[in-house]
Amino acid sequence: MTAPVQSTAPGEIGSARKRSEDARLITGRTQWTDNIQLPGMCHVAFLRSPYAHARITRVDVEAAKGQPGVIAVFSGQDFADEQGSLPCAWPVTEDIIIPAHPALAVSEVRHVGEAVACVVARDRYAAADALESIDVDYEPLEPVLDMEEALREGSPVVHSEHGTNRSYQWVFENGDLDAAFRDAPVVLERRYVQQRLIPAAMEPRAVVCEPFGDEFRLWSATQIPHVLRVMLAMVTGIAEHQIRVIAPDVGGGFGSKLQVYAEEVLCLLLARRLGRPVKWTESRSEGTMATHHGRDQIQRLTLAAERDGRIRGLKVDLLADMGAYLMLVTPGIPLLGAFMFNGIYKMDAYSFTCTGVFTTKTPTDAYRGAGRPEATYAIERLMDELAAEVGLDPIEVRRRNWIRHEEFPYDTIAGLTYDSGNYEAATERAQILFEYDRLRAEQADRRDRGDPVQLGIGVSTFTEMCGLAPSRVLGSLSYGAGGWEHASVRMLPTGKVEVVTGSSAHGQGHETAWAQIAADALGVPFEDIRVLHGDTQVAPKGMDTYGSRSLAVGGIALHNACLKVVDKARTVAAHLLEAAEQDIEFEGGRFSVRGVRDQAKTMQEVALAVFAAHDLPDGVEPSLDSDATFDPDDFSFPHGTHLCAAEVDTETGFVRLRSYVAVDDVGKVVNPLIVEGQVHGGLAQGIAQALYEEAVYDEAGNLTTTTLADYLVPSAADLPAFTTDRTESPATTNPLGVKGVGEAGTIASTPAVVNAIVDALRPHGVHDVPMPCTPERVWLAITQGAGGGLGSTSGGNP
Amino acid sequence: MPRVKVEVDGVTYEDDVEPRLLLIHYLRDRLGKVGTPIGCDTTNCGACTVLLDGMSVKSCSVLAVQADGHQVVTVEGLGIGGELHPMQRAFHQEHALQCGFCTPGMIMASIDLLRDNADPTDEEVREGLEGNLCRCTGYQNIVRAVRAAAEEMRQAPEREAAS
Repeated sequence: MTAPVQSTAPGEIGSARKRSEDARLITGRTQWTDNIQLPGMCHVAFLRSPYAHARITRVDVEAAKGQPGVIAVFSGQDFADEQGSLPCAWPVTEDIIIPAHPALAVSEVRHVGEAVACVVARDRYAAADALESIDVDYEPLEPVLDMEEALREGSPVVHSEHGTNRSYQWVFENGDLDAAFRDAPVVLERRYVQQRLIPAAMEPRAVVCEPFGDEFRLWSATQIPHVLRVMLAMVTGIAEHQIRVIAPDVGGGFGSKLQVYAEEVLCLLLARRLGRPVKWTESRSEGTMATHHGRDQIQRLTLAAERDGRIRGLKVDLLADMGAYLMLVTPGIPLLGAFMFNGIYKMDAYSFTCTGVFTTKTPTDAYRGAGRPEATYAIERLMDELAAEVGLDPIEVRRRNWIRHEEFPYDTIAGLTYDSGNYEAATERAQILFEYDRLRAEQADRRDRGDPVQLGIGVSTFTEMCGLAPSRVLGSLSYGAGGWEHASVRMLPTGKVEVVTGSSAHGQGHETAWAQIAADALGVPFEDIRVLHGDTQVAPKGMDTYGSRSLAVGGIALHNACLKVVDKARTVAAHLLEAAEQDIEFEGGRFSVRGVRDQAKTMQEVALAVFAAHDLPDGVEPSLDSDATFDPDDFSFPHGTHLCAAEVDTETGFVRLRSYVAVDDVGKVVNPLIVEGQVHGGLAQGIAQALYEEAVYDEAGNLTTTTLADYLVPSAADLPAFTTDRTESPATTNPLGVKGVGEAGTIASTPAVVNAIVDALRPHGVHDVPMPCTPERVWLAITQGAGGGLGSTSGGNP
Repeated sequence: MPRVKVEVDGVTYEDDVEPRLLLIHYLRDRLGKVGTPIGCDTTNCGACTVLLDGMSVKSCSVLAVQADGHQVVTVEGLGIGGELHPMQRAFHQEHALQCGFCTPGMIMASIDLLRDNADPTDEEVREGLEGNLCRCTGYQNIVRAVRAAAEEMRQAPEREAAS
């Protein structure tokens, strides 16, 4: 018997490991899709519609074909027979209208930026030049830009063959709403607009496709290599086993790369038609029009409550802008909010109606939080309005309504079962860190003094559902796929470990966190574990990364796969130690006979013995590998209390965030460093919605925020420092007790910021400021009172 | 076509280039220096930041011909003898990156920032990096990293020589 090779110290899970993926990212040794160069590769550029809505009457590509360096030029007509329709995998109702969506427009364009023709050339400059020589005749049609107008009789119609701009209506009701509203002492009616946002991952999208033997290798800056492969096969008819999709290093997604895009389908078809590799890389200004947008809802909310602040019931009526087409999960996004408008609160009745509306704008789809930020914004804004109405502190009105920690598990009015949480603890911790009472005193003092710079305090006590998702729940919502995740573990002969995960990371740090999980379960050193992902040939099964699902679903699949390896290894170890299997203990990477600690085999020794296979028990395969697929029984429900202090200059409307405290409860934590980073980044995006970002269309349907000079992704100078902390209520729905964290910061922070601004301005008669709360809008609200005279009737804020 | 002679990360290259060729495309497409990415087309994001004769520039707004006779350092050329530059190390230590796409530009801009101000406050770091966008981190750990690197570089200024 040899000495153990090495065993890891207990407790990789919970340690703030520095990330292993950093090594290549800080030295520039990355493989972004746009880095890929292949022999004979050509470059693709797309000509895009300058019209929001128009009939295509002629496309002349002949002149472009003669341009220097040009290999081929195609119009939509050239692919009409083979491009199929871009997929929508979430038909939320039986009578939903899902219009045909050609990758390259054939007869009509329905948003600015829709692709109508493409050039394939020897380099990117030649391709871009030749676009100028394509001649397209358009017959302009009426744009459809305002959701409320779009539903009126006589409105121009985006898809004339369907005769209406209404895609679907989806309803959820629970409890007796009439009773809740009958003689209610307090009834609040509010209309909030969730402005349209542009996800703006730092890496623009890119696609490379190479025909290789009888397979097509397709690299894409995507969050979903597995889903994309299935969908490409279904859309193009190319057999699934002949498509290999690779997501190499991917520079952020935030939902925008959870999509099956026209350019992915077309690069595959171009590679097939030309028989050579092709590459397309999006420019930023192109991407703002061609990559899906997020949010864009009009929320009509009615809340009934008692005079003491207790909620009776809530009625939600949404208009959700689908944009011009339904993309992969477009119609389902607002419905993810259906289960969240009640937040952390108890009430007797709830109804939710969502109408999906077509407009001639870029399609919407998932953007960080996807449906839950919109819902959380609504309820958290309403709670502050309720507090003001009944004369309570906003935290007190929440306390009177929230689920108390001893009430978990709790069946909510929206039909979910929250498994765990402690809203009291998170709120108490946040109040201490924030110095809540001191800031309230300062606020009172500034009000008394008539200080031109008023102080506002914004509260957001949020929860969210994440870890998409139990497959049976997705099935009941008519979603086109399941919500499981897959992992496999391979013990190599030298004791090193390959972990394969179907969850495809693009900044989340899976290579580190997954190694931590495997190190603990297998008892091998962190450094001996390699995590493989993002290639359908290497990681053949997966449902990919979105909805804060990776850890709570994929991490559990990995944990379970590791346990299977340990079980197999135990059988072999027992044989080698000549002991009964039930007498074998496993700890710290060592299998030992109970009571005889010095007789042991390490996991590495067992791996080598299995590889040699000289002396295995009868019936045991010479393989120390395993697979596991995990399908959760339920979602996980992170929660937290966020407090924001905003100074509002009442003379200029300028808002300065003075302090921001986030206390999040994401259950057990695998890597606190990564968790804190996710919270920081989430806060930045949520604050950006509150203060800076909006995709703006002009009256003709042109997107006017096509660059990062117009679309204000905040810089370091635009954001405050954050104070973060955690409470820990382990999830009960998975063996590691973990919850998701990827979207929590974004979901919580938007209402915290707007609540702070409105709180600062209540003495001025202000009860709303539309987002983004620019100095102009804040100033208008102050000078005009109430909602600042900005009761917008359009889909966007004025 | 004009001919340019440019030193990039210690190697001198001579090439005929189209007058309109951007430095970033020269680096990426002609020299294979793909460690520096492109994040936008309007000089707003800073992902393509490199050092030109020691000063940070957005290489999407410099023509390759303007780099003729000059020295370029990209993120690939930082550090000496396999050792990371203190700024690279600090970004790793402080978890100042997630997807890492903005990181090469952010690191180069931060190095230039410290050249002007060896001991910046949080606010000065935030103002100084205003031209570099990150969508993942919320900047807090980037600020921490830059200040940590500043501290280290003040104590051992010779290690900075690589850039």
